[in-house]
Order: sequence, then C-alpha cells, then structure tokens
Amino acid sequence: MSVNYPQIPEALHKKAEDIFFRYPPEHREAGLVPLMFEAQKVLGFISPETEHWLAEQCHVSLVKVREVLTFYSMMRSAAVGKYLIQYCQNISCCLMGGEAVLAHLEQKLGIHAGQTTPDKLFTLRCVECLGGCSWGPMLLVNEDQYYQLTPAKIDKLIDGFKSGNPVVPDNPTPLLGNVGEVAEA
Amino acid sequence: MSSATGTMRVVSRNFAVPNMAKLDVATKHGAYEMLKRAVKLKPDEVTAIVKASGLRGHGGAGFSAGMKWGFVPKDKFPRYVCVNGDESEPGTCKDRLIFERDPHLMLEGALICAYAVQAERIYIYIRGEYFYPAKVMQAAVDEARAKGFVGENILKSGWSCSAHLATGAGAYICGEETGLLESLEGKKGWPRLKPPFYPAAVGLWGAPTIVNNVETLAFVPRILEMGAEQFAALGSPKNGGTSLFSLSGHVAKPGVYELPMGTPLKSLIYECGGGIPNGRKLKAVIPGGSSSHILKAEECEDLKLDFESVAAAGSMLGSAAVMVIDDTVSIPRLMLWMTRFYAHESCGQCTPCREGTGWLLRLAKKLLDGKGTRKDIDDMYEVADNIDGKTICALGAAVAWPTKSYLVKYRDEFEALVKG
Repeated sequence: MSVNYPQIPEALHKKAEDIFFRYPPEHREAGLVPLMFEAQKVLGFISPETEHWLAEQCHVSLVKVREVLTFYSMMRSAAVGKYLIQYCQNISCCLMGGEAVLAHLEQKLGIHAGQTTPDKLFTLRCVECLGGCSWGPMLLVNEDQYYQLTPAKIDKLIDGFKSGNPVVPDNPTPLLGNVGEVAEA
Repeated sequence: MSSATGTMRVVSRNFAVPNMAKLDVATKHGAYEMLKRAVKLKPDEVTAIVKASGLRGHGGAGFSAGMKWGFVPKDKFPRYVCVNGDESEPGTCKDRLIFERDPHLMLEGALICAYAVQAERIYIYIRGEYFYPAKVMQAAVDEARAKGFVGENILKSGWSCSAHLATGAGAYICGEETGLLESLEGKKGWPRLKPPFYPAAVGLWGAPTIVNNVETLAFVPRILEMGAEQFAALGSPKNGGTSLFSLSGHVAKPGVYELPMGTPLKSLIYECGGGIPNGRKLKAVIPGGSSSHILKAEECEDLKLDFESVAAAGSMLGSAAVMVIDDTVSIPRLMLWMTRFYAHESCGQCTPCREGTGWLLRLAKKLLDGKGTRKDIDDMYEVADNIDGKTICALGAAVAWPTKSYLVKYRDEFEALVKG
C-alpha cells in the first residue's frame, strides 16, 4: 500500500486500523472523517493523492471523499500556517466586543481573515461559534483555546508565538458561574 | 439566591474538584456507583425511573428522555447509543464543561442508557473544534475501559458495551440528530427525512439508536442516586430537575449556572449574573440559543425558565443558552451576526434554507450599508416566512424564527436604516 502512496507514512496506515476497529467491520466508511483528520494532522492538508488513499482505505468512491472534504469546514485541501487561528465571530463574542478585537488581530498580523502571513507562521480564519460563549471573545490556536480576549491579550498572544514562548492556553476552560468558583467580574 | 447557587448543583456538583476527570478521583466521588445499581435492575425498570423523573432533553428540543428510550423496538438488534456533543448553537457552552470537568459522569449516564436499551456500542460525538474536551473525554473512556466499566461483561452483568469517540469536523448541522448519524457513518451531515422513522427505531446504520445530549445523560446517574421523585421535585411541573444555563452577553458575571428548571429569568440575569454592567439598561434577551425568538425587556419581567413558560412567552428554552443584550446594541447588527451563522451553516440540502439564508445575510448587509429600501425589510420577512416549515430539519426554522421576531419587534430600527 505504501508503495503506491509514498506520501502516506507507515504510522498513518497503523492509525487507520485503530480507527476501523471502532466500527463494525462492514462499515469501514464510518472511518472516513476520523481518518481524514489524522491524515490532515500528519500531512498538513488533504491532497488529491491522499483522497485516493482515503477512498481505498474506507472502501468508498472518490467522489464520496471529495464530498466529505468539501462539506466540513475543518477539512482543508491546501496548506495553512504553523499556527492556525480560528476566531469566533458569533453573537456572544460580538456582544463582548469581538469585532473590535478581530480588527486589532488583523492589524497585528498584517493580514485579513482567510489569509496567511508571508512567513507562513499564522493563518487567520473567522469561524461561526466555538462554544465559548460565556468566556468570549474567544479563539483557537491549533488545538488550544484562549478566552476573554482584549487587544492587549492579542498582542501578548501573537508576540508569544513569534518569540517561541506561547501564552499558556485556557485549558481547561475556567469555571465561571455557580458551577465552580464564582469569578470576580 | 443562596439556595440556588449553594444547593442546586446536581450535575455540576463536582466540577470544581481538582482532577475530577481522572478515574481514581471520580470513583472517590461516587462515579460508577449508579451503574452498579442500574445493572442489578431490569433494563425496563431503569427506563421507567428516568421517565418518572421528568428528565427532558437538554440539547434543544426538550423531549422526554425516558419516553425516547422506550421507543426502541423490542425485537431489533444491534442497538446503539450516540451522545450528542456537537455543541454548536451560538450562546451554548455548557456541555464543554461536562466533557472537561466531569467526563465520567456523562460516560456513566451513557452506559446506564445503553444498559436500559441494551445497546452494544456507545459513540460519543464531539464537535471537532472541541480539541481539549475531546482529549479529556478520550482519556476518561480509556481509563473506564481499563477498569471494566466499559467492554465485555460489564460488572459481571452479562451485558457488554464498547464506547468510542467520534469527532465532528466543523458543521453545526451535525448537532441535528440525524445529521449526526450521517456524519458518524462517514458522510456529509445531511439530515434525514422524518417522519416516518426516528433514530430510536431506525438510526445508526438502520439500527435502533438513542441520541441524547451530553447534559441529559450526565443527569441520569444523579436521578438514580436521588430517586425520580426527588429529582422531579427540584424543577417546575413537567420540567424535572435542574439545568445548566449558559449565560453570555451583557452581564457582569457571565458563566454557566446550574439552577432549578422554572427559575425566574430575572434571577439568572440580576442575582447570578450581577445585572447589566456600565449603568446600561436591558434591551432584550435571547432565551434559548440563537435560534430562539428574541424577547423584549418588558416580556422578560415575570418569565420563568422552563420549556412551557418560555414557549408561552412566544419563544423557546432550547438549549438554555441565555444571551443578554443591553441598550447599546443595534438589532439590525444582531441580525447580521445571526444570519451570517445560518448562511454559513446551512447544509445545502433544502433549497429554501440554502438560498434563503444567504439572501437574508445579503439583505442584512445591504440595510446596514445604508443601501436598503423599505421593500428589503418586507422581503426579509417574506424570505424567512418561506424558509419556515419548508425544510427537512429545524435549521430552516432556526433562522426564520429569530429573523421574523427581530423584524416584528424592532421594525423601527430597520426602518431607521432606510432612507426615505
């Protein structure tokens, strides 16, 4: 298999078997979304060759793979920067001043949403609701969450990534409300 | 408010316990004790307890959980349980805390549900953007499997059930239960046509499948612990127990609050949330996530937070995501944020929704750009009205209802944007 698909590392083949194990053997198609995620994690994005590999692995037609790849907003067919910033632009975040913070972030990075910085360090994307509504404005950098953003926090965040000393992410989500300690307003 | 903030932590009771996601800590706090109790009962007895508790779905629709479990056909196997953790409705951010703070509670609830319906597999579907919650949940499943709470012959009951994580990949529509099943099957998340078949009868791969929200299942061990009657007594009539309320927007202390069903909205905003900051006034409330009808401040005076009361006020409790809006907010601008969401998230299957959501967004932008006409306002209403009730799933209504309510209740603000 790996001879035909030199871009697919052996570890990914192994991962595929782990994934298919989660589903009844007659339903290999179910492994498509998780395997696509794994491939994307390793390879950066899903190339046409990888689409072929996915189709073979999951026993589905190529058009099915393309359908899934283009349907889900987190799947990508082109490379992104080292730090993929997903910025929430929905109601709760906007109510908390999210639009002004986004404008500051765009200025700080020197790019607009949808673009990648020339040094390929940052890609900025606006997304619809990240489920951090009580802690907004919020964003994700790769797999880490950052809450209660302000222009000052954005500066610290971006400078931290640039200098190789990233700000500690808000993992886990802080407790606000009566479900834990009530935070000071 | 002390009783609400101090004693009503049912599902969130252990959220602040350090390392609660670790199995040894969780078991010290009683995790899996109710699973032990459940497997000694007959499956139907477990369903009967949940039915008697008045527990209703916390994902949005508010359907009776026990009744749903009872819909599984008696003679069809295999059966599955799918945990709906695709929390994507703007304003809603409570399932995240369960994943991160007490994943074993939800897993125990899912296992009890699986036992009640005699399912052989549990799929925990978490939205793709929940990277950290998914990591915590996966670790919890692995630990539970290693200790025999998941797997073969669970607690020597003769019943076996596996549990697996599945992640979404960025699609709000996969929170719709049949869209979720399609996604889980490896397809784009296009909702299925229904009736006649609901997932409890024809679900994952055509098999009977219970799809329940994360919070709904997290309540199940607590119901077994305190008894159905006591749980039911915590809430209001027809609304058993408590709920996690995601409070966001213009309040001094946003956050997630656990309160009895039927708590007055004003208590949530002013006593829990500390009121509206900066000396501003309450303008409006969105009581149940972005898809619910907006309520003007005067409509919130005596409103109680349960399914029937919010419906009687002309809106819906939905996922209990309360968004508070002060008097500085322009409703046409709110319309832009809301329609942008639905235009992006429409799956494209039904023409009224696919075309209509984009149309609404374009009109909202046009009005805000000062290029709108009075006819555009009327067109927005008509477009929304032509989406409403004409789509396979509820996403159509989810954009139509708020659109119509913004236009009717704040018509003057839209007209003010129109010249002449």
